Amino acid sequence: MGRTIIDKLWDDHTVADLGDGASLLYIDRVFLHERTGSVALKGLEAAGRHVRNPEQVFCTMDHIVDTTPGRTDDTRMPGGREFITSTRASARAAGINLFDLGDDRQGIVHVVSPEQGIALPGVTLVCPDSHTCTLGGLGALAWGIGSTEGEHALATKTLAVRKPRLMRIRFEGKLAPRVYAKDLILHLINRFGASGGTGYAIEFAGSVIRSLPVEARLTLCNMAVEFGAWTGIIAPDELTFEYVRGRPFAPTPAQWDQAVAYWRTLPSDHDATFDKEHEVDCSGLAPQVTWGTSPQQGGSIDGQVPDPASENDANRRQSAERALQYMGLEPGTVLNGVPIGAAFIGSCTNSRISDLREAASVLRGRHVAVGVKAICVPGSTQVKKAAEAEGLDQVFRDAGFEWRESGCSMCFYAGGESFGLEQRVVTSTNRNFENRQGPRTRSHLASPATVAASAVAGSLADVRKLATV
Amino acid sequence: MEKFTTLTAIAAPLLRINIDTDAIIPSREMKRVSKTGLAEGLFAGWRYKTPGSREENPDFILNQAPYRQARILLAGINFGCGSSREHAVWALHEWGILAVVAPSFGSIFQGNCVRNGIVPVVLDNAIVESLARQVESDPAKRLLTVDLVECVVGAPDGSRHTFAIPRADREMLLEGLDSIAVTLKRDAEILAFREQDKTRRPWIYLPTAA
Repeated sequence: MGRTIIDKLWDDHTVADLGDGASLLYIDRVFLHERTGSVALKGLEAAGRHVRNPEQVFCTMDHIVDTTPGRTDDTRMPGGREFITSTRASARAAGINLFDLGDDRQGIVHVVSPEQGIALPGVTLVCPDSHTCTLGGLGALAWGIGSTEGEHALATKTLAVRKPRLMRIRFEGKLAPRVYAKDLILHLINRFGASGGTGYAIEFAGSVIRSLPVEARLTLCNMAVEFGAWTGIIAPDELTFEYVRGRPFAPTPAQWDQAVAYWRTLPSDHDATFDKEHEVDCSGLAPQVTWGTSPQQGGSIDGQVPDPASENDANRRQSAERALQYMGLEPGTVLNGVPIGAAFIGSCTNSRISDLREAASVLRGRHVAVGVKAICVPGSTQVKKAAEAEGLDQVFRDAGFEWRESGCSMCFYAGGESFGLEQRVVTSTNRNFENRQGPRTRSHLASPATVAASAVAGSLADVRKLATV
Repeated sequence: MEKFTTLTAIAAPLLRINIDTDAIIPSREMKRVSKTGLAEGLFAGWRYKTPGSREENPDFILNQAPYRQARILLAGINFGCGSSREHAVWALHEWGILAVVAPSFGSIFQGNCVRNGIVPVVLDNAIVESLARQVESDPAKRLLTVDLVECVVGAPDGSRHTFAIPRADREMLLEGLDSIAVTLKRDAEILAFREQDKTRRPWIYLPTAA
């Protein structure tokens, strides 16, 4: 019987069968950041254990660091400095690869990891960070873990994992202009719910996926966790190989042919079977935006805020009522036109160079509306440099956006910067949870192009309908 | 890690769906590189009247007697979704929660529970709602039992509800095992795998750290 890509990677990394559907899996790469990695390294030290193969372990500073120009170890987050200095000391003591402040490889972990060729097709990669599933976009088997599991991976090079059920989702049709991977995943979560993928590893496939650029595949897989999935993955293809070639930690020219030959064996066999399959027709898909406090509470930009009373399921109804109260929205309100106070472009979901280019293409020759606070935070120092080389920073600045140093920034509130009480933000990030971006801040998730168009309009806007400049 | 066998305790119903780890412990409450000192930040956004204050919101269930003594939480689907932060589990445990009963969990959260002595019990939504109704009528007296030896939840009305939990998770909780020590018993297998793999996938094996 044929095997799926997930079966193949599982088999190729199995050190031992532990019974009851669990395996001891070999872990090729561990990535850490100062938020949850520091405590894992300290835990290991306290137990008198060592990092096995430190050359295959990486650490970056992204969650706590300030993103304002001229930043230092000091942060506006209470206690933030300790996260940075502790991580640095532990990383140096352990001898792992550290992308510190001032290192031009620094950036958001899931932006840096593909950029540096650390995440590769076919590797197992773990990180104490839920968005590690991002790297499935390259054909890596990558998933988020806790800090204690992080200690286990560091000390043993393995994790004991129960094999999830397998799902395939085929995205078919053709995406309309100004509709992106972000819209695909928001639509999927809206249709099947934030726990629609719970218990599954999901292969994303279909004609839409085959034509998606690699960075868009990373965006799609990034929010697999918002769908409840253990992880998401996309079979590597020629686009992937070209993306990976020549990156600092990628296979050397001498290793290249052997690596590619292996990668070509990974896609799911034609007769492979999945526990569940869905097909999503993308032809009529509009730009998506969320209206609630779960990623599942969203819809088309030209749609309306639904009436909770029309929800049959009592739990979903209560959740929607609570969300509308928090968000300050009335049922029946058309999303297109809801006034906003802020716009944010950044995060491991949508801060890569292609994201900034799409947003800049909307902003060129335009300016954000009066009273809108607009911020762009490139996903990595490399992305920032590339954007500046193309003049994108000037486009953002001319349009009235702040242009920052790289980091996770205002994707979440850690006691430092926030958008303010009941401020309404359109954001290219991944979580619209209550208080996520600040106390009582109201977050609307959308693609970078929709964020840019909304910033210009001063309200949630349909990027397809922008008047020509 | 402390062993868990069976627990009979007050259960607090918090049946909202999709309760995320940001809600369980907001990022702003993770102030130190530490696994402790987190109980005060548990559900801070709901538990206190204003962000940053410590003035209790009397409407929040864990601020109400007798739920202050709750050791079991009843929750809606997808409890613990979102961020991987293990601080959510550390905060729950430090506050006193030793078992969470829900129809489904965020997968990283579920794994984190098992590694910190909290039993994640999966039961059908209808059962969880029934348990909530039963305990609410007299929370101090109508206790819930989570029996990990038998894998059964005992309800105040005498009904018993069997739950499934992966064998390894159950053993880890029952025995309070150190999972790293367990794995290192297989060290010879791990090293043998690596030696073979070096030939098969040489590009995985990087020179020294840069």
